[in-house]
Amino acid sequence: MRVSPLPLSAGASFKPEHFAAISTAPQPLGFFEVHAENYMGGGGTPHAQLRFLREHYALSVHGVGLNIGSREPLDRAHLARLKELCDRYQPECFSEHLAWSSHAGIFFNDLLPLPYTEQNLISVIDHIDEAQTALRRRLLLENPATYLRFKQSTIPETEFLAAIARATGCGLLLDVNNVFVSARNHATSASAYLEAFPLDLVGEIHLAGHFETTDGQGSPLCIDAHGSPVVEDVFALFDSVIARAGPLPTLIEWDNDLPDWPVLRAEALAAQVRLDRARLVRAAQAAA
Amino acid sequence: MQTWESDFARAVRSPDWAVPHGVTSYNSDTPQQRFAIYRNNVMVGLVSALEARFPATRKIAGEDFFKGAAKLFAATQPPGSPLMMFYGDEFPAFLADFEPAREVPYLADVARLEAARTRACHAADAKTLTPAALSGGLPDALAGMGFILHPSVEIVASDYPIVTIWAMNSGEIDLAPITDWRGEDALVSRPGFDVAVRRLPPGAKTFLQGLGTGTALGSAAQAAFAENPGFDLVANLAALFASLAIEITNEPFKVPLP
Repeated sequence: MRVSPLPLSAGASFKPEHFAAISTAPQPLGFFEVHAENYMGGGGTPHAQLRFLREHYALSVHGVGLNIGSREPLDRAHLARLKELCDRYQPECFSEHLAWSSHAGIFFNDLLPLPYTEQNLISVIDHIDEAQTALRRRLLLENPATYLRFKQSTIPETEFLAAIARATGCGLLLDVNNVFVSARNHATSASAYLEAFPLDLVGEIHLAGHFETTDGQGSPLCIDAHGSPVVEDVFALFDSVIARAGPLPTLIEWDNDLPDWPVLRAEALAAQVRLDRARLVRAAQAAA
Repeated sequence: MQTWESDFARAVRSPDWAVPHGVTSYNSDTPQQRFAIYRNNVMVGLVSALEARFPATRKIAGEDFFKGAAKLFAATQPPGSPLMMFYGDEFPAFLADFEPAREVPYLADVARLEAARTRACHAADAKTLTPAALSGGLPDALAGMGFILHPSVEIVASDYPIVTIWAMNSGEIDLAPITDWRGEDALVSRPGFDVAVRRLPPGAKTFLQGLGTGTALGSAAQAAFAENPGFDLVANLAALFASLAIEITNEPFKVPLP
């Protein structure tokens, strides 16, 4: 049973700057992904463009503001807006983050980390139950890129995510770049993280660019900037994931320092080549 | 109640606050620089949102001045909702009260115009009057009819020539000295996909506000004429039709959309 009905092929983040290029010819991509909050106005160009994408491609709606990782109650008004958007466009997939972004009435416009404790696990499970009930659909939850850890954390991130998925029936969105960035930032092994990750629950993969700097101690520090091509090390981790799990819907995210559309498209097609290769290898293994 | 979350939330907004309790990294018990990434992400994200929404205001004020004002606004009036496209609705009022901005008295009004443009961009879609609808001439009962203004319509009134200043600072027209320095009222509308900004003729503000609150055309015109004897109904209707910002309704006194 597939975790998400998105096609098992490569897709790209949609940015309005690329609409003219995308709409002039059919693009060889399986799907587009949009940030939910950008389509919560009443009408105009954003909705016209989303209607076009909906009509011609599979669609993934990716939320950045539901505040699932907060201990505060979910914002019902925001949940209602998400429901309206999903009802209107019927995306193949809706995903959100294991993170928090609002507290005491302030929206931080960033994905902030949370301690992995039993109390927070219960709170996240409650939030996802509530969201899935309100939206009447399965949600995919994304693993975060983090720069810090909490002393209170008692549960490894992969176990935390697996426990949430088991309790709520939600799927997971595996961001391989986030895995790479977090492993580098915490001096841990990305491969070990991926081996512990419940790949059977993954409905979508994210790939993106990051840049590397150093922290106050002079140690390497990766920033999840989404403003450059996917690095080869991340593509290699991706290869290892799809070799184990088979091809999965795979998105190239690019949010800052946007290149022209052909550059982003070529990046998505590079992911598609790797998906095709994984499919062939698995077919050969099955035949042998 | 103090929690890991309230502690983190306060520290992420306060440059002078210590790294929140419990936060650590493998190589430091007080990872200042790592925590600063979150602080920086939050501030840069909010300032960038304001820069994107107020490009002409930024051009007039200069990059450094604008960034300083935007940082202060972000620190004191952070967003209350994840709908970032509407963040900065209060920024024009902030600029109007911002002492250093008084040197450029029209700055806040240009910002009001830009804020209205974003709202128009995201306003609901609605039917508009098409030229074909008027091809048979205007109906005889026009004076008694009501009009529904398009949901995107906003009027931004100013004691300064803000339409001209905005146009010069957003590439619509060339920069040039403004010889005829007088107040201008802007009609912002988005009948299709593109937001239009038009300079309104004298008296139009009263006329349009009348129509917008459900007054029939004849009464709205009378009110505008009473206020400004130079009010020209034909010029006003022409401006309104040209912006396609209206729809004629046969139910004259029904309360229309805003």
